[in-house]
Amino acid sequence: MLGYISKRLLVAFCVCATVSAISFALMFLSGDPAIAIAGAGGRAQDAEAVRIAYGFDRPIVVQYLDWIGSALTGDLGRSIYFNVPVTEIIGNRVGVTLNLGVLSFLLALVVAVPLGIAAALRPNGWIDRLALVLAVTGQAIPSFWLGLMAIVVFGVWYGWVPISGAETWQGYILPVIVLSYYAMPAMMRITRSGMIDVLATDYIRAARAKGLPMGTVIFRHALRNAVLPLVSLAAVQLGLLLSGSIVIESVFALNGLGRLAWESLLRSDLPVVQAIILILSLLYVLLTTLADILNAVLDPRLRGAS
Amino acid sequence: MTHHTPKYFLSGALALATSLSFAAGTPAMAGKDDNTLNVAFASEPEPLDTYKIAGRQGLILARHIYDGLLYKNLDTGEIVPALAESWEFTGPLTMEFTLRKGVKFHNGADFTADDVVETLNTVIAPEYGTRYSISVDWIESVEKLADDKVRINMSKPFAGAVEMLADALPIYPHEFFAENGSEGISATPIGTGPYKLVSQEPGIRYEMERFEDHYTGSPKSGATIDKIIVRTMPEMNTQYAELMSGDLDWIWRIPPDQAKQLESRVQIISAPIMRIGYVGFAPEAMGGDSPIADKRVRQALIHATNRAAITEAFAGGASKVLNTACNPAQFGCEQDVTSYDYDPEKARALLAEAGYEDGFEMEMVFAAMPRPTAEAVAADLAKVGVTLILNEQQYSSGIGKWRAKELPAFFSNWGSYGIGDTAFILSNFFGGGDDDLVQDAEVAELLTVADTASDRDVRAENYSMAVKKIADEAYWMPMYNFNVNYGLAEDLNFTPHPDEFARWWNSSWK
Repeated sequence: MLGYISKRLLVAFCVCATVSAISFALMFLSGDPAIAIAGAGGRAQDAEAVRIAYGFDRPIVVQYLDWIGSALTGDLGRSIYFNVPVTEIIGNRVGVTLNLGVLSFLLALVVAVPLGIAAALRPNGWIDRLALVLAVTGQAIPSFWLGLMAIVVFGVWYGWVPISGAETWQGYILPVIVLSYYAMPAMMRITRSGMIDVLATDYIRAARAKGLPMGTVIFRHALRNAVLPLVSLAAVQLGLLLSGSIVIESVFALNGLGRLAWESLLRSDLPVVQAIILILSLLYVLLTTLADILNAVLDPRLRGAS
Repeated sequence: MTHHTPKYFLSGALALATSLSFAAGTPAMAGKDDNTLNVAFASEPEPLDTYKIAGRQGLILARHIYDGLLYKNLDTGEIVPALAESWEFTGPLTMEFTLRKGVKFHNGADFTADDVVETLNTVIAPEYGTRYSISVDWIESVEKLADDKVRINMSKPFAGAVEMLADALPIYPHEFFAENGSEGISATPIGTGPYKLVSQEPGIRYEMERFEDHYTGSPKSGATIDKIIVRTMPEMNTQYAELMSGDLDWIWRIPPDQAKQLESRVQIISAPIMRIGYVGFAPEAMGGDSPIADKRVRQALIHATNRAAITEAFAGGASKVLNTACNPAQFGCEQDVTSYDYDPEKARALLAEAGYEDGFEMEMVFAAMPRPTAEAVAADLAKVGVTLILNEQQYSSGIGKWRAKELPAFFSNWGSYGIGDTAFILSNFFGGGDDDLVQDAEVAELLTVADTASDRDVRAENYSMAVKKIADEAYWMPMYNFNVNYGLAEDLNFTPHPDEFARWWNSSWK
């Protein structure tokens, strides 16, 4: 088990290093950061001054090594746009993203798993049909549109919830629902198909034949096996929710990490972009590693296979 | 709020703006009730040190907090006293200012000559990193002559000096600024302005309160609104919803089509601004070896483009087609120039004359312009046989390519820093610098004279000649002046200005 974990961690480290190197290179490919920082009214000499002030005149490799050296000692640099330490800005904004991501994930899970099980128990029954409709619409409707519609109906017409902002907990209601609806279908479908497969196996038939209560069969024997692919998927989904909520954060004017990353990219605030990419790739790697380990705990066969 | 039938819901579902027009009920008048102006910007204001800000959002906030030595009354075009009571040129390169007495900073400190000297001498140093060198590179040094007298020594003649001192170069309290620098003043902005900042989450939310001790005689005096709350809300549709529900009182930069849909629900004002759209041609690009180096080709391209239709369709509001490489609202922007009306026949004839009867292919990068406008230009040019290869890029990438002389045509816009003087547009593009891919020595010389002369008539005359030559040679295809659509609460009085600086100290409730 220990060997398995250390192997996973090594892979994780390589992934992070690769991601940060690629993103660093991409930032320079997408345009001259010095001109971008000098602003739309900046003259050529303003851009030159910026280039020297921030060291953009050095070779990219040198700049990257410089950055990674500081990052390894925990120094993520200063934001060019805000002129404060990157850690301070990220610290200010990470809370909103965490709240939004984790709450949406939990809500999606709470809806997806029972619905998936219920659908699997009677394939093509009315619950299954309803679940299918929910899943298809959830995946088909763009989240920004759903978000705006939710604002119109519940914020403007009825005035039940704040239209935007996260100053009060009520501000989270709409974004969490919209974001979880986006994450729910995949988890629901994978629970359903996993359950259908498992329910058809011999050992479940044996358990039923033994006269075990239905609840015990479903939750103790079937779900535990059906849940393996769900764990892997859920890890990716949680990562997606934490890193990919840019649209929802924009629509509901929530100032989280996703929006910060997007805005920083537009204004070539390299230190912030790099830091966020590093944090998110770390998070992804951590989540998938956790999922792998959790799967190994749940299913002894996987441990042998590694 | 009234309830809605399913029919309304379904039709509303088609588009947000449309759906909102079905929403009945009276919006809450939150702003007027507690005398608080609720504002939203779509992008994040920068830290509130004016000298390092490029975006209008941060500058608008800063102008409520800080004051400059002078102020420009845009209604009359006059420069009026602000922190300086009076001023005069005592030599070709020296200006002397008598400062106003009894002015207080938000922290209670008195305003004196030390503040002017410390602030300006700090920000002109290259290591300070002032964002736009053009704003301060004309100042050599600032001296204190007495507690209420300062002298500015200029490093070079610069006709825009007075314009710059008019609120673009604010004065900070010297003790605080010397101790805490740019970072400190951004974190704790202290000025003499009509509003003081009481709290901020940088980039996210700002709260300002009226400053009761704002000096008498200030050009920014007379503020009636107690409190201003500014939030960043990136999604315009969310802003519309908040505006209609009464949670916001002021938004801006609403796209023309959406402004039309909102008109029935809120107060919409369209106002022309200094920013103009243009297609710059680069005879110098590709080592001078491109069709665009031929004057007849450039003229043909302008004749071939139906600029009136493009302006009408995509800019609308207060926008008009331009014939000059400057905004008619700017000083020195001569309007009696060669103009090129929409005439594809003439365009074809000119192209044939230049030897391109079969047309040619050319790249055009467009940046910070709506894609449909670029596509419309390309469609018009295609009709006379010129194939534009359109390439949308960030401004930084586009201008980088331009400076590298790799682009025959660049479609973008220029805001002149919001200043009503031709110096702030022509010199950058035709003055012989890195952005000048025309390199017309005669034009550059005219501009040098106009930019540095202190006599207004001399300036006007030289700009006039430069603007005429630029039009004759068709170095630019000027498109239109931009306009800004503001969305306002029904009961808000607000007067927009062409420099895009919102003056909320002039706003009031109806």
